[in-house]
Amino acid sequence: MNGIALTLRALHHGEQRLADELTAVAERHRTEHEVHHVATDLAQWSRDHVQRLADTGRDHGLHLDAASGTGTPGLLSTLREKAAEAVGRRPEPGLLLLRDLRELHLDATENSLYWEMLAQAAQATRDDKLLALASGCHPQTLRQLRWTNTMIKNLSPQALTSL
Amino acid sequence: MDASVDRIARPWGSRTPYRRHEKWPERVDTCLADGVDAGGVQRWVQAASILHSDGDAMDIAVADGRMVGVRGRAQDRVNRGRLEPKDLFAWQANASPDRLTRPLVRENGHLVESDWPTAMDRIVARSRELLAERGPGSIGFYTSGQLFLEEYYTLAVLARAGIGTNHLDGNTRLCTSTAAEALKESFGSDGQPGTYDDIDHADVIALFGHNLAETQPVQWMRILDRLEGADPPRLLCVDPRPTPVARRATVHLAPRLGTNVALLNALLHEIIRTDRVDHDYVAAHTVGYEELASRVKDRTPEWAAAICDVPAARIAEAAELLGSADRLLSTVLQGVYQSHQATAAAVQVNNIHLIRGMLGRPGAGVLQMNGQPTAQNTRECGADGDLPGFRNWQNDAHVAELADVWNVDPKTIPHYAPPTHAMQMFRYAEQGSLRMLWITATNPAVSLPELSRIRSILAQERLFVVVQDLFLTETAQLADVVLPAATWGEKTGTFTNADRTVHLSDRAVEPPGEARPDLDIFLDYAARMDFRDKDGGPLVTWHDPESAFEAWKRCSAGRPCDYTGLTHARLRGGTGIQWPCNDENPQGTPRLYTDGITWAHPDVCESYGKDLVTGAADDVVEYRSLNPDGKAVIRAAAYLPPHEQPDDDYPFQLTTGRTLYHFHTRTKTARAAQLNAAAPDVWVEASASDATALGLEEGDLVDVTTPRGAVRGRLRVTDIRPGLLFIPFHYGYWDTKAGHAPDGETAGRAANETTITDWDPVSKQPLFKTAAAALHRVERGDGHPAPAPTTTASAPSRADALPGTTGGSLALVREEAAE
Repeated sequence: MNGIALTLRALHHGEQRLADELTAVAERHRTEHEVHHVATDLAQWSRDHVQRLADTGRDHGLHLDAASGTGTPGLLSTLREKAAEAVGRRPEPGLLLLRDLRELHLDATENSLYWEMLAQAAQATRDDKLLALASGCHPQTLRQLRWTNTMIKNLSPQALTSL
Repeated sequence: MDASVDRIARPWGSRTPYRRHEKWPERVDTCLADGVDAGGVQRWVQAASILHSDGDAMDIAVADGRMVGVRGRAQDRVNRGRLEPKDLFAWQANASPDRLTRPLVRENGHLVESDWPTAMDRIVARSRELLAERGPGSIGFYTSGQLFLEEYYTLAVLARAGIGTNHLDGNTRLCTSTAAEALKESFGSDGQPGTYDDIDHADVIALFGHNLAETQPVQWMRILDRLEGADPPRLLCVDPRPTPVARRATVHLAPRLGTNVALLNALLHEIIRTDRVDHDYVAAHTVGYEELASRVKDRTPEWAAAICDVPAARIAEAAELLGSADRLLSTVLQGVYQSHQATAAAVQVNNIHLIRGMLGRPGAGVLQMNGQPTAQNTRECGADGDLPGFRNWQNDAHVAELADVWNVDPKTIPHYAPPTHAMQMFRYAEQGSLRMLWITATNPAVSLPELSRIRSILAQERLFVVVQDLFLTETAQLADVVLPAATWGEKTGTFTNADRTVHLSDRAVEPPGEARPDLDIFLDYAARMDFRDKDGGPLVTWHDPESAFEAWKRCSAGRPCDYTGLTHARLRGGTGIQWPCNDENPQGTPRLYTDGITWAHPDVCESYGKDLVTGAADDVVEYRSLNPDGKAVIRAAAYLPPHEQPDDDYPFQLTTGRTLYHFHTRTKTARAAQLNAAAPDVWVEASASDATALGLEEGDLVDVTTPRGAVRGRLRVTDIRPGLLFIPFHYGYWDTKAGHAPDGETAGRAANETTITDWDPVSKQPLFKTAAAALHRVERGDGHPAPAPTTTASAPSRADALPGTTGGSLALVREEAAE
């Protein structure tokens, strides 16, 4: 397996992980309404990336799964949401939210660096299809990063000074 | 022409037709109390309406120290003498026996009458205690769209520099925050580009989610007069309800809720495909065109038709109207602002004007409208999640300038994050990190989404709630301290309408009992808290409306909303004046951006922009590289499906909205007999085809249910879009036995029992117009129609089937127009 295929596989894993994490955070913070709704929307971006990576992966001899977890709530989701509602009246989940946003930011950063690597390799090998994939998806990863950063910036003053 | 007209039956009155490019004729509307004639009026006192954002100028008739009527001001540029039904009749509510006349404080769980020193002492004691124990982030202020400029400015200073809290917002968050945000995104700064005078000159007027006939009825009179005159405009209406605007439109599109961005992207696609683009304007005054063109390249009418459920041919016709306009005026309101992807959609309307070069000329303009009468001033004064004077919280130079005006250390003014928006403040209160909430002139226990949640937040023992209002509203019933406030006609101040026209409103009569002007209450609080500037002098240096206005002028100087050329004296006697009014524009400014874009440069802009999907903020470096020369920014946005979609359990889409005869939560309009009788109780609108399918008829008692709650009302069958339900949002519980919430005997009556807690991530405006719901019959009707007007968007689908809404002799209004 060459470096491009390895990177595709790692990124495919990373985007699937970010989609799952965004969905889990959306459920865990059901009572933080903006986080809940936007994280759900952004999970879809990562699922689209997974799909596109799987499609491109075939050209590179990879058999990557299509996106899983379409957002249909299962038992675990319901449990997470109920737990969120149960502690919705307490300030401590504010800290948990900051931790989760930080994790999302780091996961998205990792994906962003993989996209950077893929774009560079695509240019070096004059692989237009791969370049189109990277330049189509990477901007959305950067937007995921900016969102987590903005939310951390906006929410941390209250969360960290009110306990 | 001199006529006496039933203005409940004919809300827009008689026509005064006029030709394109001519001046709108005067028509003076007068309503005097029964038994009073013009000879019995001792004084006429100048004011303007605070029952919508139009800024209708009027004089209040006074006899023996009482209000006895109103008359439109012929010399005013906004209404040229006309008044709409709420202007004509709601003044009677000032004299309601229900007015609060003494402060109330909570004792052993009950609100009891008290006095001002006791009530203010409690507020001050709690403020000091919280500041000492928990810091300024534990105190929040939730204000209104109905106070005066002088009051908002004073509140902004005492909250931001006195308390030092970031938590100050207005209920304007519910009505106008998307307008402000869309203007910031496109033009770098807030500020209405167009003017109402553009109605006189436009050949195409496009109304996006804007039922002008009911939200600003006087400007609808203006359009009706143009439609009756020579060279009338063609109208495009985007609205899922059969509004009066829709009935007069050349093209009417009734899209599925939550799909505005898809529709607008298809309209942009067509305008670009047919090359109706003003390439010179685009090159000179914008950045971002190429990105937009590529993003809408595949967004064909056929693509949008499948999403919006509107025929592709109609979308193409709408695009043709927009593309063929010689002077295009667009207006935008809640159908966009309170719907899914609010800011993204409002920005696409700006984009239509930017790529067509339709700005800054007579008839070519955008009006991103406001809902409430003084919403504009909460934005300007920094009481609406912005810093005063449209200053940029991310720009240290702007904060330093503000600190200089206030003579405080810049660190005193929270600017480490954007000012906290209302929905987040309620979340902080729910979490328990916000412990005091001072609510002025608004009624969140009826007007915010998901009311069971809001009531449970306000009712918490640990949250100290202060309510300052005219009446014992649903919210006031949950308060710890209630302060009786004076209102319009009982206090002096200025306010600014949706087209930047500043009006003065003078005191005509004394407030009832011990009620005090909101400004006096804030000044009293500032004095008791002993807020100081950095040299130890008093932070708030003014003492009455006029000195407050002068203080605000210093804060506005050199900013887009520059008031330095105005004084109370100058605003008394003539017409209202449009800001900016300063040395360069001594007569005021009809249109912004007549010669390029003026407030988008990185050094002066109010905002560096946000991601239209995530709401993530850009920083100065990103903005400077995108827009180094301060041009307008064309921002593209992709369509996202709404967060709540109909399913088997909740098969309908649900929207809420207003009716012409009421304002907000009816605290005033229900106390005017003519207005109350025109729409006395809540109702539910459904389409004829849905009613037939469910075996429902006009007047049946129905429940509308969502995962949040239910509303019960009589059914009105209309020509609304099939699959869509509508509930007016005005009704609550203060005039029911239940008091402030539904109980065993009183079913849900407030539309917001059903709405979802979700907001636009960019403007933070709650989405009242995108929910899924179920509809069930509770009992058959008894032959009486629903208590809904027949004169408005609520008109029955079979016009001959029901008696029309009338007001009778009590609703007769004198209309005088020159021949």
